[in-house]
Amino acid sequence: MEIIRPGSEDKQDFRSRQLTARQLLTGDLDDSELEAHVESRVITTTMDKATAWARGNAFMPATFGLACCAIEMMSIVAGRADVARFGFEAFRASPRQADLLILSGRVSIKMAPIIRRIYDQMLDPKYAIAMGACSSSMGVFNNYAIVPADKFLPVDVHVPGCPPRPEALMHGILKLRSMVQLDPAQGWRERHGAERTVEVLPEEGANLMAANVPGRTGHGSNA
Amino acid sequence: MPDATGLELLAGELRDAEDESVLGTLHFRGQATILADPRHVRAVLARLRGKGYRHLMSVHGVDYYPEEPRLGVLYELLDRSRLDRVRVKVRVPTDAAVVESVTPDWPTADHQEREVYDMFGVVFEGHPDPRRILMPEDYEGFPQRRDFPIGGEPVLFTKDAAIGADYTQ
Amino acid sequence: MSATEAGPGKSAYREREESVELSHVKAPAAYDGEAPDSELLTLNMGPHHPATHGVLRLLVTLEGEVVRDLKPIIGYVHTGIEKTAEDKAYWKAIPVIERMDYLAYFFNAYAFCGATETLLDIEVPRRAQYLRVIHMELNRIMSHLVWLGTSALDLGAMSMFWYCFREREMILDLFEYSTGQRMHTRYFQVGGVIEDVPAGWADKVREFCDVMPGRVDQYGDLLSKNEIVLQRLRNVCPLGNEELLALGVTGPLLRAAGNPWDLRKAMPYCSYEDFDFKIPVGTEGDNYDRFAVRMQEMKESTKIIVQALDGLPEGPFIVEDRKVALPPRHELATSMEALIHHFKLVTEGFRVPPGEVYFPVESPRGELGCFVRSDGSSKPARVHMRDPSFVNLQATNAMVKDSYIADLIATLAMMDPVLGGIDR
Repeated sequence: MEIIRPGSEDKQDFRSRQLTARQLLTGDLDDSELEAHVESRVITTTMDKATAWARGNAFMPATFGLACCAIEMMSIVAGRADVARFGFEAFRASPRQADLLILSGRVSIKMAPIIRRIYDQMLDPKYAIAMGACSSSMGVFNNYAIVPADKFLPVDVHVPGCPPRPEALMHGILKLRSMVQLDPAQGWRERHGAERTVEVLPEEGANLMAANVPGRTGHGSNA
Repeated sequence: MPDATGLELLAGELRDAEDESVLGTLHFRGQATILADPRHVRAVLARLRGKGYRHLMSVHGVDYYPEEPRLGVLYELLDRSRLDRVRVKVRVPTDAAVVESVTPDWPTADHQEREVYDMFGVVFEGHPDPRRILMPEDYEGFPQRRDFPIGGEPVLFTKDAAIGADYTQ
Repeated sequence: MSATEAGPGKSAYREREESVELSHVKAPAAYDGEAPDSELLTLNMGPHHPATHGVLRLLVTLEGEVVRDLKPIIGYVHTGIEKTAEDKAYWKAIPVIERMDYLAYFFNAYAFCGATETLLDIEVPRRAQYLRVIHMELNRIMSHLVWLGTSALDLGAMSMFWYCFREREMILDLFEYSTGQRMHTRYFQVGGVIEDVPAGWADKVREFCDVMPGRVDQYGDLLSKNEIVLQRLRNVCPLGNEELLALGVTGPLLRAAGNPWDLRKAMPYCSYEDFDFKIPVGTEGDNYDRFAVRMQEMKESTKIIVQALDGLPEGPFIVEDRKVALPPRHELATSMEALIHHFKLVTEGFRVPPGEVYFPVESPRGELGCFVRSDGSSKPARVHMRDPSFVNLQATNAMVKDSYIADLIATLAMMDPVLGGIDR
């Protein structure tokens, strides 16, 4: 998002702007002058757009490397295709602190429920990028052991490639960024029209929450 | 690799020690294979260890469908001092797929025998931890058998997309 | 920090520190009878964790902070590569098998191609062998660079990551120059390599090889004498030669224990006997030796690459047998047999005589073996990759028993497991 400042950068203009700003601060501007100054100097927008702009500029990807694509994902953190220029270098290991899940690599049937659990632990608004051919579709491996990510996870951007070049992954992340900045709707339910899912609200009863705590009712995991 | 005569001598020595342990030999492309009886596999490997093949490099399974006996377990042995390799092959039928585990003698066979069980269904008696290793615990079937379907998703072509074939349903 | 005595006296703060005593603190009532640090706690270091070594799940049984038992649980990236390869012709199976151990893709491809070439009983031309050696050694350096970057990240030395990946980008540029793709290049084909290297590639490789040993020295300056690295890696989790051999461990882990077993020297393949290089070995088998062995291996690989470039022979880059390798494109316009061969190879593929072979190579992690069984058709009947990390993982329990959980992280890093190869 570009901030275009109207007016020229002439020294005289700058001096007069400085004086007007000082008058604004001391409260000496009257109505029409105040309006004119505010319109020319202050950016006005809706709150939604502002938060969307901020949110899009500060993704925190979760460190989720599965297979070969993870190495190319590590390359975008490295120097050549540098993801820090956009502000996304803070890879957070805890899903509670992350808001972007980059599924880099092939998702096996043993791993799919774990990825879903991690996605559920992430807080709204959260986004998912299926990086590479294996997570978007089955990729090179069309067999019994692999699951495409769309089957268990709402994916926002699919990045093709095997593995995608770091520049391709950057293109995918930037596309997600422009999606987020232009469309302020948050929450994956609105974005994907997930009507049939149920949200358990705290006021609906502690019993409902207790019954649904994972691990209490389910069988033990693979040990 | 021992050459063909070396292989015959080796097999002869094994047969001398125990009569029905060696069922045959094969020498192909410079690699030696000893076909052993499944009931004597641990003894055969121990005797080969005595002859110098002190390192078990790989334990893997093969499905010889449609030849019977169908399931084979292969042991790749290495002699580091004479730079030699030899392979021991045992074959078991699917209905009696039991082989004695060599893990007590060769600790390296631990995970590899679990993988053979997981993928082919060969039960290793005496294995300290006989569970599936690669597939989920409750998976049914043995994937790498030749009659197990390869699985996978059907490809969604554009012509099918128009009629609303939603593969997520 | 005022000294109260002359000479190396103790400051007032230190004196106060030593006067604190805890004998008046009683253990909490709940643990009556049993001291709290003798309970065992089983912790799950789940498949998703900050250590960057892939989806490995560890069930760690701890007593306090000391690891008493360790069970690795794998299978979270199991892709069914071996079964998929049975469904494809030999030529088409190469890209599938390349994606197994995703940091050593040239080695995966070479093991499979070597096994198929043994079955077919064809001879790979010398130029192809030298080109294969150059690409494999570049891949070895690249794998060790990724190992170094991520291991240093695990230990806390985050800057190494950027330096190592800078060199890795140079190598990937070389791969892109010669093969067209950064990773999983499908450059090795049965009988040789798919295409000759372009003009100017050898010069770029030489530039890289001029720079690389200096860079390894820079990494050594940063890490090798660093106090923290030494404390975290020296005498940590050693494992002796005999135990390693019993567990089937090969590669840098075995060489760190002092055993100079390297398939490139012991049972040479692919013209490795033409090159003069040394095998770095450690003395004690602890984490620091594993680290030092791999650092030196990077330098030795550079030497091999330079020698291979100097001695690169002229000749064909793939076997001349038209029944196995595609004819060159210009022949298709003039020769009918070439057209027929091309058609047969592309649609059905070459048929391989029935038999079984096991072809081992020395990958960056140890002995990578490919077992191929052929039943006479154009598709392999069984492909099994004996992956070094799969077998090396069994040594983890023996290595980290009775050491701290922080040492567990460092040991995992120094073991260099690649889960793609473990799970296949």
